[in-house]
Amino acid sequence: MTAIPVEAGLILAGILFMLGLISVLIRRNIIFMLISVEIMLNAAGLAFITAGARWMQADGQVMFIFILTMAAAEVSVGLALILQIYHQLKTLDSDAANKMRG
Amino acid sequence: MVTFIIAGSVAVLATIMVITRYNMIHALLYLVVSFLAIAIVFHVLGAPFMAALEVIVYAGAIVVLIIFVIMMLNLKQESVDQEREWLTRNLLIGPAVLSIILLAELVYIISITDTGTIAQPALDAKAVGLSLYGPYIIGVELSGILLMSGIVGAYHLGRQKKKVVHRFLEVQEK
Repeated sequence: MTAIPVEAGLILAGILFMLGLISVLIRRNIIFMLISVEIMLNAAGLAFITAGARWMQADGQVMFIFILTMAAAEVSVGLALILQIYHQLKTLDSDAANKMRG
Repeated sequence: MVTFIIAGSVAVLATIMVITRYNMIHALLYLVVSFLAIAIVFHVLGAPFMAALEVIVYAGAIVVLIIFVIMMLNLKQESVDQEREWLTRNLLIGPAVLSIILLAELVYIISITDTGTIAQPALDAKAVGLSLYGPYIIGVELSGILLMSGIVGAYHLGRQKKKVVHRFLEVQEK
């Protein structure tokens, strides 16, 4: 098995991050935007793992655990917000939630 | 290297399928495939414990959470049609071109620097645990606080406000 160059891992992380970014930009559905943010967080974690494997240190994997924790907390709060928005506005359109009516 | 390339291209293809689907459940199933492929990449990169966590937490917990919410929202065929109406080709081109330009710059910057190769011996869970509960213990505690606030926030936001209708006066109960 040949060694993997670090560029390959970083470029894969960059491609995945770019796909998530495109999806955040083009979608109007809030749930799809949340999914795209998950993709981007995962790509950031992949970059950390690659860097950690390059230097043979466990720090990259520790950072991935923190990213995982943050993603879990973020998705739970985000989904609760989506439920509230859907009950208030009866739509998942992110443009519909542009008025704060208190 | 071959394993890495195959798993990486599967991840990229599955992610492309995620961002082009109209049906939310189909997108989520492709997202699971993408996460599993990235878990294989983690394993190849020498992080087997992270590969397991990726499968359990991302593909297991987070995707199931999103699926539960979609089931609660009770979306029907109209939402797919609406998504098809929202996601037009013209809308896609602008952000895609700009993001691809940025990606090309990133690839250029990464490729002109000498970054070396990844050594093969894997870092097992023991090394991660020693680091996590040694120098990074404050991060673990802060993660605990973050998860606690996530639970409280999700409960508070997800609660349905009960509306009590009286004969004379309407009271909005907390």
